[in-house]
Amino acid sequence: MFANLAARRRAFPALDTRVHGHRLAYLDAAATGLQPRAVIDAVAGAAHLGNPGRGVHALAEAATQAIDDARATVAALLGGRRDDLVFTSGTTAAINLVADTWGRANVGPGDVVIASELEHHSNLLPWQRLCAERGAHLELARVDDEGHVDVALTDRVKLVAIAHVSNVVGTIAPVRALCARAHAIGARVLVDGAQAVAHLAVDVGALDCDFYAFSGHKLHGPTGTGVLWARGELLAAMPPWQLGGGMVTHVDTHGARFREPPARFEAGTPNTAGIVGLAAAVRFVRDLDRAEVAADEAAVHAALVDTVRAAGGTILGRPELAVVAFDLPGFHPHDIATIADGEGVALRSGHHCAEPIHRRFGVGASTRASVACYSGLDDVAQLARALAKVREVLG
Amino acid sequence: MTAELYQALVVEHDRHPRHRGTLAHPTHAATVDNPLCGDVATVQVVVADDRVAEIACDGRGCALSRAAASLMAERVAGVSIAEIRALAAAFEAFVTEPVDAPVPAALGDLGAFAGVRAARSRRTCATLPFRALLAALAR
Repeated sequence: MFANLAARRRAFPALDTRVHGHRLAYLDAAATGLQPRAVIDAVAGAAHLGNPGRGVHALAEAATQAIDDARATVAALLGGRRDDLVFTSGTTAAINLVADTWGRANVGPGDVVIASELEHHSNLLPWQRLCAERGAHLELARVDDEGHVDVALTDRVKLVAIAHVSNVVGTIAPVRALCARAHAIGARVLVDGAQAVAHLAVDVGALDCDFYAFSGHKLHGPTGTGVLWARGELLAAMPPWQLGGGMVTHVDTHGARFREPPARFEAGTPNTAGIVGLAAAVRFVRDLDRAEVAADEAAVHAALVDTVRAAGGTILGRPELAVVAFDLPGFHPHDIATIADGEGVALRSGHHCAEPIHRRFGVGASTRASVACYSGLDDVAQLARALAKVREVLG
Repeated sequence: MTAELYQALVVEHDRHPRHRGTLAHPTHAATVDNPLCGDVATVQVVVADDRVAEIACDGRGCALSRAAASLMAERVAGVSIAEIRALAAAFEAFVTEPVDAPVPAALGDLGAFAGVRAARSRRTCATLPFRALLAALAR
């Protein structure tokens, strides 16, 4: 256990940061994963690239090649075809893209879209707006006390939009079984993979989902990057989203013809450096011994659960991996996170862009610790000291 | 940093907030949200002769916002609305100043929030009660 933790940590320069005189215990990977040196270098190297997909000169060609290579690398991580992979600015943009294009074309009056009580706002608000505009109904699947979603399907359901891994209660949705049930009634399934890709091996073919979205920065890549993978025949039938350069085959004064996917959905000059950095992050994660990392993360996660309980905290749901969100009665999450920061411990506080699930568990906000491939038991011990400090200062 | 932020006066007002609760017959009231955490601050006042004769603060918040509400309420009870507006503006300006700037004497005990000048994300916790008070007085 933890045989290669020190080596993994050396890849992340941010871990050398001193925070208020303490070593950094970075327990906020669920918000943003730290970037390894390979990503930082890849982004810096991309500063020498031209504009991809347009020019014919050397720097433009290099940029085009870099984007092509990145698309193949990222698609392979998901087990999908490169032409079915659209680069976006993140999960939020990917879901909005689906709502605005596939959604408007396929969801009509009286239809039902199902999300769940534990969704991040980015997998909730686009469906609220779509349903309001189209006269459809948005139903929120209930979440039980352990944090598991119970999806009830009816024949008016057109789409189920669900988080693969919850960013609050840390449960894993049974995506494969859900897709089988949804497809049996002709519904589609969109999976918000933002919290999953750093921890689980994802294969969109095995899951048999229809849309899969994730953000680069949750996978130790740059912010402002992300992807939408979609089933090829769905992408081919979807109208464009944003309009502009790079996504047309022909334009005259009153009309245009649009390129085939994925270019149709990538208007404007792309975030070349970010995409190159995202591919570097995917290579970094791919080249880890994922079974070993998963075992180490599970040990840290279990220790977090024990530590939070020993400190008097009440954990939201029964998290399976990645995150532990908790309420420490008598202490506000912002005070906990501020005092923990003073001890060098990075925690998230607030509603984590998921207000409905906090309401479900009867709290306005929570404090969240989350793990990554660089997390160790020393981070957990530092958290224990920080929680003791909270009682010392405010008790 | 913790010591600067959670000064003894702040912690004491968090533990024993003054003017906490609701009024039976407020003339003005408002509730405002902190978008960062979903916290809410409610302020009720009785205004008479252009002064805040009575004030009560309620809501859901962190130690800083509870203490800020308490210290604000103590400071503004019996004070003219014009003076309260000037005080609120001075407090809003104060929390965004550099950490080594002098603490304005006019702030009185509210100067105990000097620590938030180094904690950008916590400034709203300190200013939320004043924003609720101004919103109430604007009605």
